[in-house]
Amino acid sequence: MSNSTRTQVREPFMHITKRTDVKLWQSWGARIIAIILALVVNGFFIDSVTGLNPVDVYKIMWTGTFESTYNFMTTLRDVAMLLCISLALAPAFKMRFWNIGAEGQVLMGALLSAVVMIYLGGKIPSSSLFIIMFIVSCAAGALWAAIPAYFRAKWKTNETLFTLMMNYVAIDIVDVCTNTWRGSKSSMGQINAHTKAGWFPKVLGYRFTISILIVLALAIIIELYLNHSKHGYELSVLGESEDTARYAGINVQKVIVRTMLMSGAICGIAGFITVAGTDMTVSSATARGFGFTAIIVTWLAGLKTPYMFGMSFLLIFLEKGASQISSAYSSLNDYSTQVITGIILFFILGSEFFVKYKLVRRKKETAKKGGDSK
Amino acid sequence: MMTLIAWINRAIWFGTVIMFGSTGEIITERSGNLNLGVPGIMFLGGFASFAGAYYYENSTPDPSSAVVILIALICGILASTFGGLIYSFLTITLRANQNVTGLALTIFGSGIANFFGVKVLNGGTSVKAAFTHTVFSRPVPFLSKLGVFGDIFFSYGFMVYLAIILAALTHLVISRTRIGLNLRAVGENPATADSVGISVTKYKYLATCIGAAVTGLGGVYYVLDYGYGTWSSSSSIEGLGWLAVALVIFARWKPRNIIWGAYVFGIFFWFYNYAPALLNLTWPNTIVILTQMIPYVITILVLIYVSAKQKKDSLGPAALGLSYYREER
Repeated sequence: MSNSTRTQVREPFMHITKRTDVKLWQSWGARIIAIILALVVNGFFIDSVTGLNPVDVYKIMWTGTFESTYNFMTTLRDVAMLLCISLALAPAFKMRFWNIGAEGQVLMGALLSAVVMIYLGGKIPSSSLFIIMFIVSCAAGALWAAIPAYFRAKWKTNETLFTLMMNYVAIDIVDVCTNTWRGSKSSMGQINAHTKAGWFPKVLGYRFTISILIVLALAIIIELYLNHSKHGYELSVLGESEDTARYAGINVQKVIVRTMLMSGAICGIAGFITVAGTDMTVSSATARGFGFTAIIVTWLAGLKTPYMFGMSFLLIFLEKGASQISSAYSSLNDYSTQVITGIILFFILGSEFFVKYKLVRRKKETAKKGGDSK
Repeated sequence: MMTLIAWINRAIWFGTVIMFGSTGEIITERSGNLNLGVPGIMFLGGFASFAGAYYYENSTPDPSSAVVILIALICGILASTFGGLIYSFLTITLRANQNVTGLALTIFGSGIANFFGVKVLNGGTSVKAAFTHTVFSRPVPFLSKLGVFGDIFFSYGFMVYLAIILAALTHLVISRTRIGLNLRAVGENPATADSVGISVTKYKYLATCIGAAVTGLGGVYYVLDYGYGTWSSSSSIEGLGWLAVALVIFARWKPRNIIWGAYVFGIFFWFYNYAPALLNLTWPNTIVILTQMIPYVITILVLIYVSAKQKKDSLGPAALGLSYYREER
């Protein structure tokens, strides 16, 4: 008897149930409220630390990005790069394979692009140069992703930790290569600065227009692949449960390796377009941490392509905006972007809970019943 | 001989940073929470302790060692626990995805530290808390003067020994006590733990926050001793944070393996700087830098080895990385 009283006392007055059907306006409502709350918290942060009016600060972030064509285009360029990596991660995440190694896969792609530019640039026609760069980058990224995938498929080796470690191996390899190439110079500089071999031609005034177009094409392909192909269906079954997938006759090992080959190859493409369209060189900072940011983008977008674009745009907008405000106000610096981004991410992460679950007030009678049945 | 001793010293300094980081991360991971926010937490702890100590030593003409140690440790622990609390609230109460939350915490932590760091720097590239560094790097009295022996074992600041004590203590608590048993149960199978009356939420919260506090001490040590008490705009805390995550795997989630593993990582990490002179290697410098990847490669090999062997106690907690849904069990 005393036992049952104890359970009754401990019974929480709220309980959590899973929402069965989430309407679109509910999920977006929750996210928008989260972003607004985050902006308010950030506003307090800006105000208390710097004494600036947060509304002015946000305004400068906005105008800085949208008022000049150049700023807007570079924003689009970075969105494309981040989106490209996010697209690469989506198939892997769909089968619940935690590919944390995008940073390294992008770097390997970028490195191999640079190798082709250095050793073949000017020796073969530029169209075949681009094709070779593309293929080699894909292969490098795919290889970097396939190694952890193989062991995951074979022995269930923890892929989160494996892919994480592969990043730093890649960073070291890139460092060693660039150190060798630059010789005694302080930095590598642009590759083929005179011949411009392996540089994307300017379209509409920018070299990275081609990068943006490539990512656009990829976005459509991935959207179709995930939602309208047999492979995409296999991935979602596998993501639900490995056992179910096996019973359904899906070759789990094959699907894991195949998907990761693709995931890594697309990361390799991200490296390729960065080298050929933006940086014209390679360094261990080429991936700019986007390999990690993309993980957040893909997950928070629920693996849906349009939302991935939205999230990428939001994060790049914050990054660009922060450099605008740090040049406008001496009391804010570039790092404020990380603080603001971090806070926004925390709020969006938290809001997912309210999309997936609802809190139900426990009525007195039901509480008693619940306590008894325990 | 001098080079060898310098190499060992450097490895032990380096190892201490990641020893704190890994010990904290093991406590956290044993509860089933894979916190990828280690670099962010180290940033938070390191910066807070630096800021506290720096302002204290500049505000008084005659700073006292005891007070500065107290201020640095309290600031560091508070800030890193705060990081752990954000992570706990999001992943445990709100069931957010652990990997994503951890990465967001890393962004946030390095952002906060560097944002306020720029304010402390005040336009310069580095500032130094000289007094605090002397206190934190003060070698063991008498024993450190015992020639080579003293140089190798007793020439370090107190936090080097604190790290070993904490790792040993964590080992004892996890493997020999009731609390440790419950903690492991929560990490292996939270539903079972819940059904025998262990409060999963409480264990996860406490383990993550205490783990974060210990991880944060790595940041404190990094800034105040390993980094000569300077705060600078370019800092390698992030790389060390990930190495701490690697060390957890290398140690196969056993704190006692961390004590030697951390120093092994330190030896390899500084190989490029000391080994060529010591071993008369004539490799070009670029090749020697490749040795910095050895800790990561070894970690990968360990990961493959334990999964191939299917040694159950070396694979890490079974429920690592998964949120616990009581309603869905």
